[in-house]
Amino acid sequence: MAEMWINMGPQHPMTHGLWNLRVKVDGETIVDAEPEVGYLHRGIEKICEGLTYPQIIPITDRLCYGSSLTWSHLYCQSVEDLMGVEVPERAEYIRVMAIEMQRIASHLMWLAAYAGDLGMSVGFTYTMRDREVFVDLLQALTGSRLTYNYPRIGGVAHDLPPNFDRDSIRAVDYMEGRLKEYEDLFEGSKIFMMRNVGIGLLRKEDALNLGVTGPSLRASGVSYDLRKDMPYSVYPEMDFEVATLDDGDCYARYRVRMDEMWESCKIVRQALQKMPKGRWRMVSPRNAPAGTGLGRVEDPRGEAVMYVVGDGSDKPYRLKIRSPIFVTVSAAPKILVGYKLADVVAIMGGLDMCIGENDR
Amino acid sequence: MNLFEFCYGILHWLVDLVNNLWYWLGDFLPWYFGDFFTAVGDFAASDGHLTFMTILLESVVIIVVALINVLNFLWIFRKLSGRILDFYGPYYVGYRIGGWLQNLADGMKLFIKEIIVPTKADRLGFLLAPVIFVASSLVILSVIPLSVNFGLSTNESGEYVSAGALFALAAFSIAPFAILLAGWSSNNKYTLIGGMRSAAQMMSYEIPLILCAASVFLLAGSFNFVDIVDAQHDVWFLIPLFIGFVVFLICLIAEVEIIPFDLPEAEAELVEGWTTEYGGMRFGLFYMTTAVRSYAGGALATAFFLGGWQGPSFIPDEIWFLIKAYIVYTVFMWLTWSVPRVRIDQMLGLGWKRLLPLAMLNLLIAAALKSGGWF
Repeated sequence: MAEMWINMGPQHPMTHGLWNLRVKVDGETIVDAEPEVGYLHRGIEKICEGLTYPQIIPITDRLCYGSSLTWSHLYCQSVEDLMGVEVPERAEYIRVMAIEMQRIASHLMWLAAYAGDLGMSVGFTYTMRDREVFVDLLQALTGSRLTYNYPRIGGVAHDLPPNFDRDSIRAVDYMEGRLKEYEDLFEGSKIFMMRNVGIGLLRKEDALNLGVTGPSLRASGVSYDLRKDMPYSVYPEMDFEVATLDDGDCYARYRVRMDEMWESCKIVRQALQKMPKGRWRMVSPRNAPAGTGLGRVEDPRGEAVMYVVGDGSDKPYRLKIRSPIFVTVSAAPKILVGYKLADVVAIMGGLDMCIGENDR
Repeated sequence: MNLFEFCYGILHWLVDLVNNLWYWLGDFLPWYFGDFFTAVGDFAASDGHLTFMTILLESVVIIVVALINVLNFLWIFRKLSGRILDFYGPYYVGYRIGGWLQNLADGMKLFIKEIIVPTKADRLGFLLAPVIFVASSLVILSVIPLSVNFGLSTNESGEYVSAGALFALAAFSIAPFAILLAGWSSNNKYTLIGGMRSAAQMMSYEIPLILCAASVFLLAGSFNFVDIVDAQHDVWFLIPLFIGFVVFLICLIAEVEIIPFDLPEAEAELVEGWTTEYGGMRFGLFYMTTAVRSYAGGALATAFFLGGWQGPSFIPDEIWFLIKAYIVYTVFMWLTWSVPRVRIDQMLGLGWKRLLPLAMLNLLIAAALKSGGWF
């Protein structure tokens, strides 16, 4: 068969968002690939230049529909760096607990989409059902279900609601039971293993050269996790492992995310245990000094960076967002070439695309 | 009374009724018209004409009964998916009967939609493909008897079409042609790849399927459904030909294109595969035909391996047959909702490297059993 270009997107079940992957196929084999992004560009960085510092928090929530809490946390962290605001310890613990819950919810959503991509309906519905447990917890904590608007500059918006500790421990216990079941469900399925093991190899040096971060990098054998390597917030107090595998294929990426969910469960438990009493929010100044602030966190999808430049007024002069997925998607042609057309969904699903943060 | 006698009786009664009026009308006309009227009436009442019309009526009755079962199948498809995937499934349309009317409602909705033919599509092929697909699938149903008395026969004795099983398998394998036609004529890259995949898949799974059926024909010594089922009086072919049964089921799943093997319409990478450009009732027909083929597949597996309509006599034969076919379909659905989709090269590898040798082995077992005199 002659070679031909196939558009996967912008309206296509594979994409999980609004982007376009052009794939050149020779029969069923991929010979070239070319991602096109930018369909969802909303100009968030520019919008932020016209808003005051507290007004930006809900905007940063809109960056990623999968894990919005991480992004508003990152924003607050970078602005606190700019303003020099001290965050109360209780607030730090609440933030860490909340973003770990968010990480579990985000990974569960990834797993659901991944199972759905591979045609495994039962994986889709079961994981989405269990994501609901954590979305409910976050709703009890923050008041909303998708875009939380919870962190504030200098703390968090509210204290924990009543009985939240008990509910969280219960949810984590439940989740650990369910994770075992998922491992049986997915890894016990021969077809799932056939579709994953050895597919979408991303070698260590390629991953490093292309700037891939997050679970995709850790699956390629690089133990790089900002929570350990450049600890922020109260992560140094927490006892957890960085999940790393050497294989670099789709199965390794799946396995790393599953291990991260186990570790997140551990962190939620510890954060609830070690959480001190006290204030959860400090009053932050209205105007930021002239200068710069930098925040780096480990997003569920990789290393997220925000860089804020203040000019002495109550609005930032510039806000720069570094999206992990924007970098990861550029590695797609490197990974895709040589595999079959059906592997596109497995590989791109395994990278956990989130177009909101990608296009900003 | 078998289905032939029943249909013949109805037609005979109808023709007599009409002929009374017809001859009475002829009496009022001049002789040359009257003779013509008499000749037509005599022809209508002749045995040849009545037999021919009876066969047509029989197949219509059989297909309608089968289509009612297909509606049940679609309902099971949705309801069981709900049970497995943790949601309710159809509920409100037909509230008291578990949402059974949902499929009719969906069908009605599809009926009122516009039929769109893409500008650059090959119009003839595009419009012909669903017709071939649906017709070739419906014609399978007409030769599958539900019991000794409920099948397509050509005389009162209830003898069935002698090569009915062969005809069913032959009609089963026309579908790839229609799918390839649909995929090609749509003039779309997704449908083209879907059609090509479908052709490759169906051709490679046809061979083990036919080989497993051949082992059954060998043991039964006949292509006739009644003989095949009668041959299973002592022991179902499931037991001596267990390998064949498993291979047959896997091939059937590939032939009806449901999830582990639904590559031609793999929605994650090919949008809707070869049905991408079809909308309205043409899409509805494709959707329905998948269920028709599942029903035909379940019925074939039942007749070939599960003893057909044989069972304790407190339940009518026809119901026994349907129960077994429903169980086969339920197993299909159970598999569909719990496993991912395989890749095309893995699938062809499975077909040629695993199922074909197993089907050969199964044929060998059947031949050994036959020559050993056990059957």
